[in-house]
Amino acid sequence: MGEEEKFDAIIIGAGPAGTACAYILAREGKSVLVIERGISAGSKNLTGGRLYTYALELVEPGLHAEAPLERKVVREQIMMLGANGALTIDYLDYDFKQEVPQSYSILRAPFDEWFAAKAEEQGAMVAPGILVEDLIIRDNKVVGVKAGEDEMYADVVIAADGINSFMAQKAGLRSDLTGHMVGVGVKEVIELPPDVIQNRFNLATDEGTARMIIGCTEGIQGGGFLYTNKDSVSLGIVFSPEAAAKQGKSIHEIHQNFKMHPAIYPLIGDGNTVEYGAHLVPESGWRDVPPKLYRDGFLVTGDAAGFCINTGTILRGIDLAIVSGVAAARAVMKAADSTAVGPAYVKELEQLGLIPTMKMFAGWPDIVAIPRMAETYPRLANEVLRFMFTVDGHVPEKMPKAMRAIVKRHVSMSQLISDGWKGVTSV
Amino acid sequence: MTVKKQGPEELLGLNKFAVDEDEPHIVIDKDVCAQCKNKPCLVVCPAVLYTLKDGAINFDYAGCLECGTCRVMCEKKGIVKWTYPRGTFGVAFRYG
Repeated sequence: MGEEEKFDAIIIGAGPAGTACAYILAREGKSVLVIERGISAGSKNLTGGRLYTYALELVEPGLHAEAPLERKVVREQIMMLGANGALTIDYLDYDFKQEVPQSYSILRAPFDEWFAAKAEEQGAMVAPGILVEDLIIRDNKVVGVKAGEDEMYADVVIAADGINSFMAQKAGLRSDLTGHMVGVGVKEVIELPPDVIQNRFNLATDEGTARMIIGCTEGIQGGGFLYTNKDSVSLGIVFSPEAAAKQGKSIHEIHQNFKMHPAIYPLIGDGNTVEYGAHLVPESGWRDVPPKLYRDGFLVTGDAAGFCINTGTILRGIDLAIVSGVAAARAVMKAADSTAVGPAYVKELEQLGLIPTMKMFAGWPDIVAIPRMAETYPRLANEVLRFMFTVDGHVPEKMPKAMRAIVKRHVSMSQLISDGWKGVTSV
Repeated sequence: MTVKKQGPEELLGLNKFAVDEDEPHIVIDKDVCAQCKNKPCLVVCPAVLYTLKDGAINFDYAGCLECGTCRVMCEKKGIVKWTYPRGTFGVAFRYG
């Protein structure tokens, strides 16, 4: 292959990380090839989900206005399911939809396809339908990729190939995933007319709801989510496959039971499920980000690098993917030679706040992993509320005594102290 | 149509797949699987593609959502091959 056929950068995967990187590099005049295994960009990708808009603005200010995004999220909700009801905290904030809205609900197939087309407009070459099978490594430097019989060369190869990232493994930067590193997410997209969604969730035409749900996983560590799209609802669960295996509970069945819960069903009733997807989530956060995010001629971005934050109320992945793609592009632009790209990438990740933010939330997966968060505490909270709202003609118990009895029914004092301690020390 | 509990076949029937008839992207070694006591694949596969048939693991790669959970959870490494399907094949999400 002649020198003229060598790209400045080859990016593996046309998800948000790869495309953000390609967009900027192409805009700055670099020759970029994005290789995507799906028949089109986005066809292999799945989210809950939502996009925090700041990240897209980092690629190009104003980009969000033309993106195929769903609804501006103004209602942030936490729902704790009881046996036959639920306690829901509804935080409404119209500041979240001003000017550049804080976040949008999103469906990835249309979004990723649009984003890849935008990168093409900037001059990137996007090649869908090709699976990269291996890296080409010479003199300890990654110099290209292999796909079937084809070999393609570049100054730098950027892995944006998602959580299973076989390319980061082949580069020797990561070992394969283990059960404790991931959550498995399942999701149904359920179609409903826009006005029905707006009525059920108390929204204006462009507004959306993001709801985190606990108490819906039959005791398995994890939780549910619900996002309102324009004319559909995304409903799903992300939980620990290890815990599910230990309890012998079918992930598919738990999700189906969740759908039919008396507090969930009315939200989606009369809807029409149009898609069922599943995806892994790098839930363990900073701890399982590879100690080294690069080698000569090679960078790892997005889910492939394990960039994800789950605080229980905030779940971030797409924005971090985009930020890491931006960081990779900036590093390629700034570095004087190939050995300088890697360190420059890490420096950009620091400066853009990705690494410091992930470090700050490093302990939070421990809270999400407290087994009693999945069922005991949501049930307990529901019983407390039930006591507070119950009138049945009997003389009620004194409040402190009743509360103590409710707590005692669910947890022992030592469990409560231990969980509280874990909560305090994790944050 | 309204929302109801749906079995895996019904749910997968909603999705768009291009099955690679020539090359399975996941291959299991049933002899290894027979030695596996816990068989986590039976419960962790969101598409329920691993089932028991006369006590042995039965597996079909058509309908795979390509999440990787089975590979990650496989205890005895009875999954001897797990790659993504060849380009253009496999699931194609229309919503995602």
